[in-house]
Amino acid sequence: MPRKVLSVLVDNRAGVLARITSLFGRRGFNIDSLSVAATDNPALSRITIVTSGDNAENGVCELGQIMRQTEKLLETRAVFLVEPSAGVLRELLLVKVAADESTRAHLREIALIYKAKIIDLSPGSMIFELTGEPEKIDAYLDMLRDYPILELCRTGITALGRGALGYSLKEGQLG
Amino acid sequence: MNASELLMQLLLEQGVDIVFGYPGGAVLDIYDALYKYGDRIRHVITAHEQGAAHAADGYARVTGKPGVVLATSGPGATNLVTGIAAAYMDSVPMVAITGNVGTGLIGRDSFQEVYIAGITLPITKHNFTLRGAQELVPTIRAAFRIAQEGRKGPVLVDIPRDVSAATDSPTPLVDTPLLRPNEPAGSSGTPAGEGGLVRAAAEALNAARRPLIFFGGGVQSADAGKALRALCAKGDIPAAHTLMALGVLRWDDPYNLGLSGMHGRVSANKAIAQADVLLIVGARLSDRIAPGFARFAPKAFKIHVDIDPAELGKNVPADIAIEGDAVAVLARLLPLIEAKARPEWREQIAQWQGQDYQPENDDSVLRPHQVMRAISELAGENAIYTTDVGQHQLWAAQYLRHAKPRSFLTSGGLGAMGYGYGAAIGAAFAASPAGAAWRPAIHITGDGSFHMNMNEACTAVSYGLPVISINLNNRALGMVRQWQDSSFEGRHSATEPVRHTDYLKLAGGFGLRGFRCADLESFKEAFRKALDLKAPAWIECLIGREEKVRHGF
Repeated sequence: MPRKVLSVLVDNRAGVLARITSLFGRRGFNIDSLSVAATDNPALSRITIVTSGDNAENGVCELGQIMRQTEKLLETRAVFLVEPSAGVLRELLLVKVAADESTRAHLREIALIYKAKIIDLSPGSMIFELTGEPEKIDAYLDMLRDYPILELCRTGITALGRGALGYSLKEGQLG
Repeated sequence: MNASELLMQLLLEQGVDIVFGYPGGAVLDIYDALYKYGDRIRHVITAHEQGAAHAADGYARVTGKPGVVLATSGPGATNLVTGIAAAYMDSVPMVAITGNVGTGLIGRDSFQEVYIAGITLPITKHNFTLRGAQELVPTIRAAFRIAQEGRKGPVLVDIPRDVSAATDSPTPLVDTPLLRPNEPAGSSGTPAGEGGLVRAAAEALNAARRPLIFFGGGVQSADAGKALRALCAKGDIPAAHTLMALGVLRWDDPYNLGLSGMHGRVSANKAIAQADVLLIVGARLSDRIAPGFARFAPKAFKIHVDIDPAELGKNVPADIAIEGDAVAVLARLLPLIEAKARPEWREQIAQWQGQDYQPENDDSVLRPHQVMRAISELAGENAIYTTDVGQHQLWAAQYLRHAKPRSFLTSGGLGAMGYGYGAAIGAAFAASPAGAAWRPAIHITGDGSFHMNMNEACTAVSYGLPVISINLNNRALGMVRQWQDSSFEGRHSATEPVRHTDYLKLAGGFGLRGFRCADLESFKEAFRKALDLKAPAWIECLIGREEKVRHGF
């Protein structure tokens, strides 16, 4: 199964994330990235999961299987598949690069082109922040390959479907 | 009133009159409440918490009501794990209540503290850890609802010590009045399948030349046997089944092709392989039924009915997938099925059945199939059977004359050796409510499985339960040994443990009657005596080590 982005709305309660990740592990689905936070409604959290599973040998839709298993969990309110063509996918990168006077200007130039922000400047290092589609972040990191990266952190994908649809807690469905 | 007494009232509200369990430090308050409510809620103490969990499971399988098991924190809770997993794999409704250390001690590696909610995460439908006594009412109600709703299963409620000891002041424990006993809140309706899909399924079955029904434990737990039988009769459609569905159709029902799968009948498996339309009801098509999912019923247009939508197409793709309760879907399907006879198909199957393996009788020794048939003959159709896991389990499945639903209790999914004694104890409590006819509870086991949980003999003796354990002793772990013969050139690694267990002496030590036999007549005599005793008994049957379970493929 190629990588897929699932958006899962769950009750914002202790232990819910463990239930979801335990389910994915138990059913043999790898979690490539995961991001979680409360939504505008504090009773709900949105979990964005990028997952890939083994290829189905028997023609059974594996993605459908993990979605249905996730839906079965009591604290799951809704599970959506976010297709890149019909949604927006974003990731945040923080990267700390060792930099001195000789390299600072070059790093700044790359950041400018990628629209990365400089959020810390210290005598021996710089921290950049970049938001974008995962491919853009990959490309930016590729440009930094020749510079000494001290630390790096990516949030994993967070995503929303395009259009006017939203989830209604009251009706328990998209509306 | 304290929270533990409130818990008793909630159990009564949910219709609970028996709890299987084992006391301990973290459940002292709950046991004190049980003491006070002893006239309304019976507590059964087992030898080991695993036995209590299996007893609750056995009770639930016979009655259809959730079984309740209670254990203390730490080892009490971990000892439940196999029992909860067995119930989960076989979709048995159960509410497990565990004590835990006080909320102030949680997370500090306190004495007898264990994170049981985490441990049971993948083997419960859901679980709860109470953080305050105010959560007790909604949580216990939710636990019973979840255990019984849709696909049934176990739910665990973990109650810290201070929560079970909480009193009504300063905060009242209950803000809504309790329901009257035995009047739990109504459950949400069960789905009956989408109309268009049911019509399409009926059309496919009507047009079929070789239709077949394949049913599993879902039909057992939905009590859908009658609805299924009506469909068989109207459309002249035969039916094969899984281990979990034994007894749903009588063994001698002309539509019943019997057990299929790895250890089923060759004729039933042939019928599945040749069917052109297959109606699958309440079966999850595991590897025991479909070794190689793609090769399962390769010629059949498949209609899959299940209460759990995640089962539809999980292992084997379905052409029509219907989410719904088995009784409701079959009831909608029945009027759409054309009444017609299918003599060619039935005749073809009868021909395959004529070629099925028939074991040879030998009365001078004990042959497993003869033991099973003698058991059925002498125990009658009212008997409830439980098994452990191994060769004896499959002989019991193959050769007992299964006549009634909810009467063959076996750990089909988890395959837990040691399941049967506890389950038989639960079944014995469930089987003979006041005024009802006595139903013998027969525990069929082998010397391997029996060694795992034979300690529950003390429970059978304590309560004077007429559980008869029939131990097919081949002095080996026969099922695994058999695999070693077929796949490992007969290298019997660890399957011939050297033991000198004297079951007669042990039976005497536990305070129950023991019998030993090595030929059919002496077995029948012992079994008759044991049935007459109406008391716990063990019968050791010395069988040949080379007896094998037949394969179905």
